[in-house]
Amino acid sequence: MTDQAVEREVGRARLRKEDARLVTGQTMWTDNITVPGLLHLAFLRSPMAHARVERIDVSPALRRPGVVAAFSGRDLADGLGSLPCAWPVTEDMVLPAHPPLAVDEVRHAGDPVAVVVARDRYAAADALEAIEVDYEPLPPVMDLEAALAEDAPLVHSDKGTNRAYVWPFEAGEDYETVRQRADVVLTRRYEQQRLIPNAMEPRAVVVTPLAASGEYTVYSATQIPHILRVMLSTVTGVPEHKLRVVAPDVGGGFGSKLQVYGEEAVALAVARKLGRPVKWTESRSEGYLATHHGRGMIQDIEIAATREGKLLGLKVDLLADMGAYLMLVTPGVPILGAFMYPAIYKMDAYAFTCTGVFTTKTPTDAYRGAGRPEATYAIERIMDELAAELGLDPVELRRRNWIRHEEFPYTSIAGLTYDSGNYEAATDKALALFGYDALRAEQRERIERGDRVLLGIGVSTYTEMCGLAPSRVLRDLRYSAGGWEAASIRMLPTGKVEVVTGTSPHGQGHVTSWSQIAADVLGVPFEDVEVVHGDTQAAPQGMDTYGSRSLVVGGAAVHRAAQKVVDKARKVAAHLLEAGEDDLEFKGGVFSVKGSPEARKTIQEVAFATFTSHDVPDGMEPTLNAEHVLDPENFSYPHGTHLCAVEVDTETGHTRIRSYVCVDDVGRVVNPMIVEGQVHGGLAQGIAQALYEEAVYDAEGNLVSGTMADYLVPSAADLPEFVTDRTETPATSNPLGVKGVGEAGTIASTPAVVNAIVDALRPLGVRDVRMPCTPERVWQAIRAARKEAAA
Amino acid sequence: MTHISVTVDGTTYEDDVEPRLLLVHYLRDRLGLTGTPVGCDTSNCGACTVEMDGASVKSCTVLAVQADGSEVTTVQGLARDGAWTPLQRAFHEHHALQCGYCTPGMIMAARDLLRENPHPTAEEVRAGLEGNLCRCTGYQNIVRAVLAAAEQSAAPAPAAPAQEVTA
Repeated sequence: MTDQAVEREVGRARLRKEDARLVTGQTMWTDNITVPGLLHLAFLRSPMAHARVERIDVSPALRRPGVVAAFSGRDLADGLGSLPCAWPVTEDMVLPAHPPLAVDEVRHAGDPVAVVVARDRYAAADALEAIEVDYEPLPPVMDLEAALAEDAPLVHSDKGTNRAYVWPFEAGEDYETVRQRADVVLTRRYEQQRLIPNAMEPRAVVVTPLAASGEYTVYSATQIPHILRVMLSTVTGVPEHKLRVVAPDVGGGFGSKLQVYGEEAVALAVARKLGRPVKWTESRSEGYLATHHGRGMIQDIEIAATREGKLLGLKVDLLADMGAYLMLVTPGVPILGAFMYPAIYKMDAYAFTCTGVFTTKTPTDAYRGAGRPEATYAIERIMDELAAELGLDPVELRRRNWIRHEEFPYTSIAGLTYDSGNYEAATDKALALFGYDALRAEQRERIERGDRVLLGIGVSTYTEMCGLAPSRVLRDLRYSAGGWEAASIRMLPTGKVEVVTGTSPHGQGHVTSWSQIAADVLGVPFEDVEVVHGDTQAAPQGMDTYGSRSLVVGGAAVHRAAQKVVDKARKVAAHLLEAGEDDLEFKGGVFSVKGSPEARKTIQEVAFATFTSHDVPDGMEPTLNAEHVLDPENFSYPHGTHLCAVEVDTETGHTRIRSYVCVDDVGRVVNPMIVEGQVHGGLAQGIAQALYEEAVYDAEGNLVSGTMADYLVPSAADLPEFVTDRTETPATSNPLGVKGVGEAGTIASTPAVVNAIVDALRPLGVRDVRMPCTPERVWQAIRAARKEAAA
Repeated sequence: MTHISVTVDGTTYEDDVEPRLLLVHYLRDRLGLTGTPVGCDTSNCGACTVEMDGASVKSCTVLAVQADGSEVTTVQGLARDGAWTPLQRAFHEHHALQCGYCTPGMIMAARDLLRENPHPTAEEVRAGLEGNLCRCTGYQNIVRAVLAAAEQSAAPAPAAPAQEVTA
């Protein structure tokens, strides 16, 4: 083993250790788990958006074959508290009760009212129809602005308002004063449609009780086994140390499994009541009602600038659709966005207000990007509008306002300290790859010759805050937990390595990347490292996976723990070699005495020596282990430049993405193959918001896009080939120099696509198209603009 | 109950099943072949794709009784003595999976695609996999993997290594 061979693990496109079982079907999804005597749950859900439950009788279900038990919300109310909201964003936030099974009132279509327990999933589903419920309809609350009217019907009548909170934020100079000296002030309204996250694995939970000792194991398709353990303990009263939570193979999350769900709490409650193991797996259509949605905001944004295109101020008024209840981080999602509207730009004043609004819809919560895609969309859209207003190229307008690379670290007007970045380099590279000037020339030609298919170019220069998060900052934001991550490393007697991480991967490839990090520090082969995760018994401490945090917090913790292992090993090696610690070199997994390289001990030999502990320094604990719990000193700020070229058929409204180029800067890269994959997936979801996806409700509160047949998750045929590249400006806030990458593609791509569509249609007078930009909406926008021009 | 005889991944099973039992639930819940997952209830996602009598089917839209007398191949029946098929290898080598939930269906659908069109273009791969959804990869590496597998299948077969797990 040479030094070079082990030193280069970080930065190398290692194929994934995870793949072997996934490509052969030897997986352990939660729904695969079965145990003797397993019972199956099915939930009866409200068909109405809002109603009083006048009467409910579950007893007829008990007479159905195979049914073991059935419970209404009232039957389980004694042992079940309210589902948690961990982010009371203001002191006076309205926090309604959220029973896991509704008791007196249902507040969105899909709100569960009863659960059937049966011998198999078919019997459980069959028995639901036998349950009798009398609903007294109440008025649905669907529109965000109407919900805030004085006489609006209330989602939670005991609260007296549909306003969950108002969260104001001001920074820099007084916005109104700054606005006075602006040459140009533009005001726009953008709508963030509701989205359904659509992780490919539906949610599922299995609870196995050890009734005699009151211990329970909860297997759940979750992103957050550790948080779930604490929260389920709180909700059900099962003491935390009697709960083991396992996230087995988890098939994607995108925020939708960053949640403490009613079904998880009910499954635990039922298993406790019956002393029997239970399983619940949602159907996809059920999940569309019961798994939280994302986005759902109305953004009023105003930008003030000089004639030369220098930004002076920005004002944002946000209405954020909470849905019917405040779930784990529902209220905090738009607040994460609050800090991102100023993006990469310098300005003198920033004023922001967010009003959280209850509606009779499925609750919203984190969906890939969580607040930051919305913010990036609004600022990048209005930057293009401002460029058009000033007659400037949109890239040039950005250049005139962004933070220059020599100005880092830079504290943004919103108070975030961006540690590093180089917007010029990423943009220059992207422009070259894209062929920007040639495409602009073609765009002009098409307009001149009156082509029915117009070309549009969309720009998005984004940054985002991720790597959640410094615990003290979370305190200041009134978030109820910390943002640290734990790692421990055990060197086994045979020299193999176990890395235990508190992150909980569900597609991100942590096993591979953490192996690379540990192998480099310890000087052991990649293949000799195993990574343990996703089980509170095996990995007892952690803050789990979301917010592009895993590498920058969890991976950095692995790095630090591995360094601690080396520190201890050095002491042992010095003892064994009868040398001073300072006289030792450590390279490629070998300690050697400077100047006499034949005097050497491998780290594997040291591990064995600590295992026998026959001859270690006096007072030293046996074994070679170390732990590190890392609280990050800052957020992580990836950035990049995304360019999209679209061809829009002005007669049909059809949009075709002709090319998509992105250059992202995610700092130092551990595994470029995995990073590229994260970018691809992020792009797909961001483009899907721009073109395809929307959770549509009718006026009565029915989810019209209620199945996968009605909600357009794009297929391979709907997406283009992406050109991705990187610049590499190392982060200075963690020793690996890494930045988050999981959400970047989603955050950047939506405005790039819509900017391109509007850019294509601007000669026709179109200034906006509401997302998703379906052919019909594009066609209507063209028609409306032509009518306006003719009038 | 209806009596059926189905051969799955080379083993013949005799069972009495409810006529309404879906093939995918028969595979998963009765035979314990959980390599084939369920991703939706409207036959849109294709996660449950298997091969039945030489053609790919979505096993959530086939009743177990319809598979009576049939030969079914699932993702679990592809590898022989631990040696992966070119598609399995290509998915691994081209990072065509992240969470991996769609992967069994994606591989089975791609097999069918390559059987019908052994030398597809990228566009043809995209069109051919339209019935299989992936939420993680953005499809780009899936397309790469299928094209690579097609190329490899066209080339003279190399001596297959016993197992390829890492690079």
